[in-house]
Amino acid sequence: MAKEYPTKISARDFSVFYGPKQALFDISLQIPQNRVTAFIGPSGCGKSTFLRSINRMNDLIDGATGQGALTVDGIDVYDKSVNVSVLRRKIGMVFQKSIPFPKSIYENITYGLTLLEKVSRSELDHIVEQSLRRAALWDEVKDRLHHSAMGLSGGQQQRLCIARAVAVNPEILLMDEPCSALDPISTGKVEELITELKDTYTIVLVTHNMQQAARVSDYTGFFLMGRLIEFDRTRTLFTSPAKKETEDYITGRFG
Amino acid sequence: MLHPFQQPQRRPLETLAEWSIRAVASVSIVVIFLIFLFVFRETLSLFVSTDHGQPVADDVTGQMDDGPEVYNPPQLEDLDVPEVYNPETGGLPETSSTGQQQEQPDERTVWEKLFHDVWQPVGEQPKFGLLPLIIGTAKTTFIAILIGAPLGILAALYTAFFAPRRLRNVIKPAIELLAGFPSVVIGFFCLVTVATFVQETLGVEFRLNALVGGIGLSLAVIPIVYAITEDALSAVPKSLRAASLALGSSEWQTAYRVMLPAAAPGVIAAVILGVGRAFGETMIAIMATGNAPMVSWAAATPARTFAATIGSEMGEVVWGSEHYGVLFLLGTLLFVVSFSLNALTELYVKKRLIKRFQGK
Amino acid sequence: MKHTFTQDLGISKRLLGFVAVATAATAAVAVLGILLGMFGQFLAEGGPSITWDFITDFPRNSNTEGGIFPALAGTTFLVLLMTLMGVPVGTATAIYLTEFARQDSRFARSVRFAVNTLAGVPSIVFGLFGVGFFVQFVGVGIDAATGSVAFGDGSLLWSSATLAVLTLPVVIVSVEEALRAVPRELREASLALGATRWQTITKVVVPNATSGILTGSILAVGRGAGEVAAILFVGVTYSSEVLPSAVTDKFMHLGYHLYVLATQSPDVEATMPLQYATTIVLLALTFLLNFTAIFVRSRLSTR
Repeated sequence: MAKEYPTKISARDFSVFYGPKQALFDISLQIPQNRVTAFIGPSGCGKSTFLRSINRMNDLIDGATGQGALTVDGIDVYDKSVNVSVLRRKIGMVFQKSIPFPKSIYENITYGLTLLEKVSRSELDHIVEQSLRRAALWDEVKDRLHHSAMGLSGGQQQRLCIARAVAVNPEILLMDEPCSALDPISTGKVEELITELKDTYTIVLVTHNMQQAARVSDYTGFFLMGRLIEFDRTRTLFTSPAKKETEDYITGRFG
Repeated sequence: MLHPFQQPQRRPLETLAEWSIRAVASVSIVVIFLIFLFVFRETLSLFVSTDHGQPVADDVTGQMDDGPEVYNPPQLEDLDVPEVYNPETGGLPETSSTGQQQEQPDERTVWEKLFHDVWQPVGEQPKFGLLPLIIGTAKTTFIAILIGAPLGILAALYTAFFAPRRLRNVIKPAIELLAGFPSVVIGFFCLVTVATFVQETLGVEFRLNALVGGIGLSLAVIPIVYAITEDALSAVPKSLRAASLALGSSEWQTAYRVMLPAAAPGVIAAVILGVGRAFGETMIAIMATGNAPMVSWAAATPARTFAATIGSEMGEVVWGSEHYGVLFLLGTLLFVVSFSLNALTELYVKKRLIKRFQGK
Repeated sequence: MKHTFTQDLGISKRLLGFVAVATAATAAVAVLGILLGMFGQFLAEGGPSITWDFITDFPRNSNTEGGIFPALAGTTFLVLLMTLMGVPVGTATAIYLTEFARQDSRFARSVRFAVNTLAGVPSIVFGLFGVGFFVQFVGVGIDAATGSVAFGDGSLLWSSATLAVLTLPVVIVSVEEALRAVPRELREASLALGATRWQTITKVVVPNATSGILTGSILAVGRGAGEVAAILFVGVTYSSEVLPSAVTDKFMHLGYHLYVLATQSPDVEATMPLQYATTIVLLALTFLLNFTAIFVRSRLSTR
């Protein structure tokens, strides 16, 4: 695998257990910086579990434990010295079900910013505009920044969640099936956005939609039953998969 | 150098707040202990020391000698309550308990006083016979459940399976409304209306009696039985009902033969908690039962329950006296019984319900 | 010939079915009838006595004439103070149970068990607890420590505290329900932005559960306002010339006032209209609170 981009996230023999049940088996991979990496696979295959391990959202599940090494910038995220809050600010996350906070659009964007320190009003205004522009939402909402975010359409809400995530200036964006609840037009907008954002962020995308992975990602990993079957450049994986399981899956023979 | 992830984040206030929440969460547990402790503590005075209530006049020296042994700290020091009416005894704390009164000797033990069939707590030879109270409590509770449980269960069955939507939307909130009735209002209603009705219909001798009280208590029991039965019925998987109907059984057969038995543990819980409610209810029992301690199992004679005894006598009792201790003994019994009934439903019934539907 | 679908069941089966449904219907309607009967009677007998003077006057002539103002005021003070003491504790407990506790932990299960038990303890036992703990232990203790004489007797303060404990389960259950209704995704979104658990609770979870906390408080107030047995010996008084001016004063109470009028009054018959009128006011107060709670809750569930 040629590597013109440095590694941002790296896993070595990384496993996850939910109580006695093992959910991930010895995952080893390297996710390059400033690229879009997609994880595909049937539901329950472990792709979301792996994604949620990167910013330690699995910590929230009672009885979840990890094993092996998972590093971001060479630091093991499960190391005792890691401050989970800081880690999560460096790693933005966009969820499948986009729920804005039931606050105004403006407050949704500034929520993450004001958690740690006081930020001046003018700086907040600036960041709100910048984040909304990045999420390609500015023109649609600039006149109603102080209206409730619940009034936005589904696609707008998802882009607001992206804006909310980028507002804290992360380096990585984790996206957990961000388009599964959206109509085709909104999906198109979000995909376009993902392509634009990869210059600034390292993006990891979980999707059940193979076409989407083929369209927007540079690298793709295929998960099956908690194991990483294959990880390669997207074009390689889709045109000449090395493993039989991958071929079966992408040609639609199962899953 | 530390990586940015490793910036320590010190938020002592948050840690403090989180621990405060944990501490506050234990209040409910602490309160249960305190209730038991403090109600039981006052009861204990009855058995541990003999220096309460009606002192023995001709045994003053003996009492003095026994002083240190029968010493009962919470009563005398913490509570600072004069043992007897006489204000002058307050000046003699060490001997106040022995009292210098000229009364007849009373050599019965506490147990002898309790296992007696007369409740007559005030007088030279006070009688704390629990029998009339036990009978009164059992009688009224039984009547309340006899009326309240079927009404509550059947009403729940009706609103769950038979009632037209519009009627259900009236009955359900109405019964919830009944749950919000202050018991003093139900007691008042029984006192002025139910009592007259019962007397005119049945021509009974006593206007206020266990039956009137039982009817009143059933009004407190119905909402509880109704609510829990309804919960239990709605917890039965819908597929069970569909399967029964699909086999050709009618709506009523399904309700009575499939749904009700399936919800049985919940219905049992409903009745048990209903018993607890009737057993512990005070105001209705005071106002509607006639409140006379009688040894009679007849429904139409007055009755006196544990709770009503505490409610009507605690206000006039000499604090720290034997009578006071006996009232707390009744309180302890109420607490222990309600605790046991609750534990029974929590530990036994719920487990069975879970087992039945989740196969655990 | 009839089609098989319309074939009659046996007459006995049909009769049985009719009886089964009719019995259940009778039970439900009977309960409804009793309720309506109660309302009807109270309104008919007490309605005419509800006047402005009745609400705003002090009782006169040993409670046989005049109004119920001090009882109304006393009840109000009582439930307000009770809310101040009980709601924060109940809310904190509910927050603990939903946000902190591992559901299978021994401590969380003990708390739940305690809350359920507390809900089943007879109110008269809370009354004994109020005397034994708040008045005789805490109050007398404060007096002994400070040299005052104000705390070692039943009062508004100790009655409120007793009721706060009694209504604790109501608050906890209702707030917990509201907290559980806050979508998990909101918590995750907040945590993923680097918020700590505490920030997530204070900035996202609790603001989303305010109507639940409100509902819980109102239900508790509705329960507390009508509760008599628990405060019988903890500071309520049957007659007062003045309103309580300090938390250590004794107070009048609507429910207790009704009890006294109906059972202890020198001339029960003469005060009958007053008793009915007091009942109406007490019911109006509790139902107003309950309806408010139902309204707030229904707004919560439709949002």
